[in-house]
Amino acid sequence: MKKIIFATFILLGLFGCNSQPVINTETELIETGINPDTWITIPAGTFFSGMVPHEKLIDYDYEMMLTHVTNGQYAKYLNEAFSKGIIKIYKDSILGFYKGDPFDNYLHEEEITAGDKLFLALNKSGTHIRFTSETFNVDKGFDNHPVINVTWFGANAYAKFYHYRLPTELEWEKAARGKDTRAYPWGNEISSRITNYKSSNTVLHNILGGNVARTTPVGYYNGKTYDGFETEDNRSPYGLYDMGGNVWQWVGDDYPKVHYRYMRGGSFTNYEYNIFVWARNSAGPDYSSINIGFRCARDISKNAKEANADDNSVIDNTQVNNE
Amino acid sequence: MNRFNYLFTSTKGLILVAISLVSLITGIFGTLSGPMVEWGVRDLTVGILGMDLNPAERAGRIIMLYHTIAMSIVAIEVYMITSIIPMKKYEQRNINAIITFGYIIAMIAGLGFAYWGHNFSLHGIFLVGQSLVFFAGLMLAVALNPWKKIYYVTNNEYAHTKKGVDMERMAFFVMAVAMLISAGFGAVTGSFWSNGHETFLAEDLIRDPNKTALQKAIVGHLHIMLTLIAVAITLIVGRWMNFKGAFHKIAMPTMIFGTLVISGGVWSVVWTHMAHTFIYIGSVFVMLAALLLVIFSWKKLINDRIAERGLSNPTFFQKFAALFHDPIKFGPFWQMVFMNFTVSGVGIFMAIKLDQIFRVWPAREERITLTGHWHILAALIATIIIMYFVDISGIKGKTRKWFGWLLIIGSDTAFASMTIFSMKRLIVENETAQQGLMDKVMLLADFGLGIILVMMLMLLLWRLFDLFKKKGIWTEESVNQELTVEKTSNPVLNIERDTFNTEGGEK
Repeated sequence: MKKIIFATFILLGLFGCNSQPVINTETELIETGINPDTWITIPAGTFFSGMVPHEKLIDYDYEMMLTHVTNGQYAKYLNEAFSKGIIKIYKDSILGFYKGDPFDNYLHEEEITAGDKLFLALNKSGTHIRFTSETFNVDKGFDNHPVINVTWFGANAYAKFYHYRLPTELEWEKAARGKDTRAYPWGNEISSRITNYKSSNTVLHNILGGNVARTTPVGYYNGKTYDGFETEDNRSPYGLYDMGGNVWQWVGDDYPKVHYRYMRGGSFTNYEYNIFVWARNSAGPDYSSINIGFRCARDISKNAKEANADDNSVIDNTQVNNE
Repeated sequence: MNRFNYLFTSTKGLILVAISLVSLITGIFGTLSGPMVEWGVRDLTVGILGMDLNPAERAGRIIMLYHTIAMSIVAIEVYMITSIIPMKKYEQRNINAIITFGYIIAMIAGLGFAYWGHNFSLHGIFLVGQSLVFFAGLMLAVALNPWKKIYYVTNNEYAHTKKGVDMERMAFFVMAVAMLISAGFGAVTGSFWSNGHETFLAEDLIRDPNKTALQKAIVGHLHIMLTLIAVAITLIVGRWMNFKGAFHKIAMPTMIFGTLVISGGVWSVVWTHMAHTFIYIGSVFVMLAALLLVIFSWKKLINDRIAERGLSNPTFFQKFAALFHDPIKFGPFWQMVFMNFTVSGVGIFMAIKLDQIFRVWPAREERITLTGHWHILAALIATIIIMYFVDISGIKGKTRKWFGWLLIIGSDTAFASMTIFSMKRLIVENETAQQGLMDKVMLLADFGLGIILVMMLMLLLWRLFDLFKKKGIWTEESVNQELTVEKTSNPVLNIERDTFNTEGGEK
């Protein structure tokens, strides 16, 4: 009896020891056939918001990116912004200016003042963007993976740089859900063939290898077969990819009293209840993680609006504008 | 029919039924989440049982599951209370009958409503069941009335007022009344469901600065109900150990005061931010009372064993060995100590470091820590009940030791692992490196929980097979129906025997 108890504690001790994981710095490029520079028009109209659905109206058309912003897109932005002196590098951190948020002096409220803020931590485990020879480069094979370890400040700066913006929570939810009350962007069922979430672990481990930051290329789940692994199309009713799973997406709202920044969509580290279209996550705007990225929205110009005037339908009549 | 009478009229049989049902529910519904999904077990369960799991109704399903399990646990505690606290036989019988009928129909109809399509007639029956449980609670409060002179304490070893009012009975009474009011807190809000109030999980509101009064009431309700269940089990195991003497005299008023303050604090959460201050103050008193019980019990275990071995001048190591001699009696109080590391400690730490650490982490991780620490509290309470049940079942010798130690090691490994899991950022800063730690603690948690589940299965199978025996343990328990404890007062001495519940199964 005593021996067994002793052996149990030894076993527990051994399990308790921790080891550093191996993060892939290069991988095989997976071609998905999806162009991340594509924008989708979301027409004005009502939709259902929340777990208990409430009808909401967005009375203007807007566009959202077809996919998350990729490492390649973000590195391009960093190079352009760096050359213009908009961002700077300080001790492995990419910093840039943010104007600050209004302060309400509420209980537990953290004041967000104007000043230089962290955009992206270079050399942070999981980051696939590196600064070498005065240029931002992407690890081999990760060009079309979503950018991660980017703060809300970094996501917001990217959007502003190109005169886009981060979508509001409502805009995001409408783009993910369409006009019905579905639970996931693609319908009401979830499986490891349709998105990258916690339960995809076993399947993706075999395809992507043992890297811990297990992102999949944007638009990976599009019905294509990769090395015998057949995916299902995970587009939302308006045609956006990965609105559930892969990595969380920062949205733009700044709510009074708290200043948390919200995220939507869930990620590869989360179980299915975080993938629901109504699931929310939040953190401080300077927080970054291997499971957080973003995509942008933009207002439609008057001319484009008129061109899209007849279109109010979903999925088959999606307006696709390649930039 | 004898078996039916045993299972549904005797205290020990009723406890066996409730533990079996909770185990069954935990076993079945535990397959619907976590790694079970990836392993395909959930699909199997859903397919075989024909469940209807609408994603939008997940929160509602979980709420219903919590309620059915919680009501069964409350029923177990009520069975124990009506057995160990002197009251009239008919009071015990009526309370037990009503709460049994109530929790079982609430369980069947509630789960039927939540997991097999929203049939609102089932929801209505669920409410009837809940109402019966509440009604049984009212009857219990009446039966526990500490001001009845026949229950006055004459033995000076037990806490009592100058007049003789039994302070332990008062503690049970205050707990019962507080629980009834707290249940009302939830019921009032529940009555607004779909009529202005929407289903939500408390953990989803943590960062919302604008909570409605109904939302605050629900958050308060779930916290205080679990706290009072913990207070009840503390008082129950105190009687099991025949808690008495100086510590008893300090602990009982402390527990009463703590229960009142903590309950009042939670109820005031709807109106004031000061609520948390009251809750902290009340918690200190409740925890102090529990600490006194732990010290008393361990001292008693040591002394009893030393006396049993006939050691007149025991060494430190002999005392140490004596403490660990019976894990089934050592365990409940160890779990109370362990609770401080995995529940109270985490809660206090979170409160202190709220702005510096926890509110900086993503909400989903703060949520895991919050839900984790009260799931652990609930599970620790369950292990204490199981240990008492093992004692009631008369398990002795090596089986008792194996069961006790494996239950303690299994549960503590699992709960410590989950605590580390939820606070992994404090241990490993590098986010990608956390995965390795998480994999290991998850494995340890599964290992610990696996041990508990296997042992519970063995225990219940043993009790099931016993029921098929002509002269099994159940026949003995049919005769000796009540829990064997020393009571704080003994009204049987003054009043006709057969109108009172006493040990030994008369009637």
